[in-house]
Amino acid sequence: MVEFTLPKNSKIRTGKTWPKPEGATRLKTFHIYRWNPDDGENPRVDTYFVDLATCGPMVLDALIKIKTEIDPTLTFRRSCREGICGSCSMNIGGQNRLACIHGIDEEKGDVKIYPLPHLDVVKDLVPDLTHFYAQHASIKPWLITESPTPEKEWKQSIEDRKKLDGLYECVMCASCSTSCPSYWWNPDRYLGPATLLHAYRWIIDSRDEATGERLDDLEDPFKVYRCHTILNCTQTCPKGLNPAKAIAEIKKLHVERTL
Amino acid sequence: MSYMTDYKRARGLGSAHEGTHHFWIQRVTAVALIPLGLLFIWPFAAALGEGAEAAQAIYRNGWNAFIAINFFVLTFWHLKLGVQVVIEDYVHGKGRRLRFLLANMYFCWGMGLAAVMAVVKIWLGA
Repeated sequence: MVEFTLPKNSKIRTGKTWPKPEGATRLKTFHIYRWNPDDGENPRVDTYFVDLATCGPMVLDALIKIKTEIDPTLTFRRSCREGICGSCSMNIGGQNRLACIHGIDEEKGDVKIYPLPHLDVVKDLVPDLTHFYAQHASIKPWLITESPTPEKEWKQSIEDRKKLDGLYECVMCASCSTSCPSYWWNPDRYLGPATLLHAYRWIIDSRDEATGERLDDLEDPFKVYRCHTILNCTQTCPKGLNPAKAIAEIKKLHVERTL
Repeated sequence: MSYMTDYKRARGLGSAHEGTHHFWIQRVTAVALIPLGLLFIWPFAAALGEGAEAAQAIYRNGWNAFIAINFFVLTFWHLKLGVQVVIEDYVHGKGRRLRFLLANMYFCWGMGLAAVMAVVKIWLGA
């Protein structure tokens, strides 16, 4: 059954409050989830103080500053720092976001940072995305064709290419899937919004010839139909995409081919 | 301990190739129940407080009995589909989920059948 409380070893405790930087003029408080698999302790929330006068504008800037100047053990993923790689997805102020494109000033009061919800934690703000990536691979996110490969290229009209807008931009940050209650309860079988958005991206690609097979693979009470249009995915997507609409389109195609 | 690959775990048992019918019928019954619900309540509301005889008189009328039977069939069908979704969402464990699904099926079919039989009985004056 659904669990309403955290297991004993996952209950979050109050952690260490780190000293305020000397001579700071614009202090901002950060409460950050910490968990180390090696020390056998429960997770805790540490409190850090950052001087915004000497810090970049984004939450990721603050995290890097904390790691560089206050606590080098703080662990998180980051790479491109411009919303393209999807590495720094985490729960900031109660919503899944990319730390690199979320401004510190967007958080009124203290900034609370947790790892993406309902995933196993590797360490601190780093969640285990292994299953998420495997699910993405399971929908065969590549062009499938049977016709002889053209000498030069698979052609696509401008109109057909436009159908991929709003889909191809997904950076697989997992913010949407881990904000979805249906994905929380059945992550083993429900594919989740991110994977389904990618599935739809290939279903409507005018060059792809496996449309029917793709719809066959998705037609399942758990793979697709656990989506109840809760719309957390669309609300949280840091790239402004609409996975809920993509899933609805898949369902419409399922219905369309039975009528 | 299992050396199953992540890819195998993600693919699981593959697709059940169903779910669309459930999804479609749930919506069709939902829409159909809007007018049916009103048509069912309308004559029934008129007999409220008038006693059992007045209520039974409603369903001796063939049209009212027809609407009531339609209403009960679609209501319990819709209920069965809806509760099944809730069970699939929240009840985990193969055995437990199966027990809940069967209980839901028997309850909804049983209640629906009982309701339909009651209307037929009144309609025929048995």
